[in-house]
Amino acid sequence: MESADLSAVWLTLKLATTVTTLLLVFGTPIAWWLARTRSPLKGIVGAVVALPLVLPPTVLGFYLLVVMGPHGPIGRFTEALGLGLLPFTFPGLVIASVFYSLPFVVQPIQNAFEAIGDRPLEVAATLRASPWDAFWSVAVPLARPGFLSGAILGFAHTVGEFGIVLMIGGNIPDKTRVVSVLIYDHVEALEYTQAHWLAGGMVAFSFLVLLGLYTFNPARQKAL
Amino acid sequence: MNSEIRARFRIDRQDFRLAVDLTLPGRGVSALFGHSGSGKTTCLRAMAGLERAADGYFAIGDEVWQDESRGLFMPPHRRSLGVVFQEASLFPHLSVRRNMQYGQQRAAGSPGFALSEIGELLGIGHLLERMPNQLSGGERQRVAIARALLAAPKILLMDEPLAALDLKRKLEILPYLERLHRELALPVIYVSHAPDEVARLADHLVLLDQGRAVASGPLNDVLTRIDLPPAFADDAGVVIETCVAEHEADDLTRLEFSGGRIYVSRRVEAVGAPLRCRIHARDVSLTLLPQVNSSILNCVGATVVDLAPTAVPGHVLVRLTVGAQPLLAGITRRSAERLALRPGLTLRAQIKAVALLG
Repeated sequence: MESADLSAVWLTLKLATTVTTLLLVFGTPIAWWLARTRSPLKGIVGAVVALPLVLPPTVLGFYLLVVMGPHGPIGRFTEALGLGLLPFTFPGLVIASVFYSLPFVVQPIQNAFEAIGDRPLEVAATLRASPWDAFWSVAVPLARPGFLSGAILGFAHTVGEFGIVLMIGGNIPDKTRVVSVLIYDHVEALEYTQAHWLAGGMVAFSFLVLLGLYTFNPARQKAL
Repeated sequence: MNSEIRARFRIDRQDFRLAVDLTLPGRGVSALFGHSGSGKTTCLRAMAGLERAADGYFAIGDEVWQDESRGLFMPPHRRSLGVVFQEASLFPHLSVRRNMQYGQQRAAGSPGFALSEIGELLGIGHLLERMPNQLSGGERQRVAIARALLAAPKILLMDEPLAALDLKRKLEILPYLERLHRELALPVIYVSHAPDEVARLADHLVLLDQGRAVASGPLNDVLTRIDLPPAFADDAGVVIETCVAEHEADDLTRLEFSGGRIYVSRRVEAVGAPLRCRIHARDVSLTLLPQVNSSILNCVGATVVDLAPTAVPGHVLVRLTVGAQPLLAGITRRSAERLALRPGLTLRAQIKAVALLG
């Protein structure tokens, strides 16, 4: 493998790790809210979270490009803060990926929270646990399989994305050129050997991820 | 110190109404008895704060946990209570010991006994390192009781704790509940639809019907009320606190109570041990003559207090006293007329069957 390839692999892993971490931090409260709320907004929020499942990545990428661009509200905001514009940077790529992989993390965690039901939390409350305490000492441990599924799916999905990377990240070596884009480059340049190395690696990686998911978490088989 | 429990809840929902105003003793077991849909579980959940009644008041002694008239509502985790649900609901990710410690570590006070002591009292001392899925239903429920007690509650709320268990498991747990009753001075609210459990455990009885409390008072005062709705008439009967007096040679045990003696099949309890028995109104018949040549062994002198019709056509319920002990007899109106029953009449009550609660 050449250094460009290694650099792309490294960048991909860095992106997926960052995105998965952010999704666990921000996706968990969303999943908790969706699992517990009786608010009429639940349907709307649930649908928005699930949108990336059905939208072509180019649509999502296009709107993010507009919003984060020099004339978009977020673009103006980041420029006013002196951060410059987000498209075609690694942070921009992270933000886009967070949106794109959101349902893959939120939904398994939400399902796991819903499966717990009210009773364990009621029991915790009658044993003097505040809601915050009960969340950490009862809900999170009981939802562990959901967190595991969500983290694995979010990570794998980020590694595998292509369309949104092209729209938001472009193809800048060491900054936004991830493995999936580099494979495309190799194929365009008829460099099939390099393409094979990377594509084969992706197949092996994806297989191992799913194997791990099924082995450690048999209940998930039914859901997938 | 006044430790009386005051509970007033009004819940109005489309399909369900609860409107109760109860004063319960600050010690002993108070049973909320009623058929399904009578509101007994909702009432218990309201006491725990798991259900918020828009119009509600709940206090134990001077400690007020809910008073909606001044907007006070303490959430469940700030109330010093213990709840035992129908299913044990142990935390599946924690061992028996960690389950029991969960509330203990978070409680403001100390329960006054150690984890090992309550473990012994409930017969689960050898299970502490197991996981909940390795326990039987009866063991799980005993762990749940121990867990609730270790959180140093001022009141223990039990929502049909035996209903999910088969008869064998029930009989396994009941003695432990009786021990708790004897050894801990903790008020217990016990929700049940099983007359035998109530007769065995309760000191105070509340009858709930369609979201209303139709009667509330000491166990026998309520049991011997003859003006109750038909829903409760089938179960009419009294509970007698007896004492084992003698094991006789022909395999009978003599029990004595304030108004007389009754014989039952040989019991395992030692002489002097207390034993509760339940006598159904339908198992008591009345005669004016002294008993001669009858196979019925248990016959006591009684005085008629009053009579009332029952839901069964042609039948009446007769309230009697045997010394200080009340007794109910269910007989036909024709018999009542033939015997010319009237308040104050003394006669003999023949007891055909005695249900022993122990």
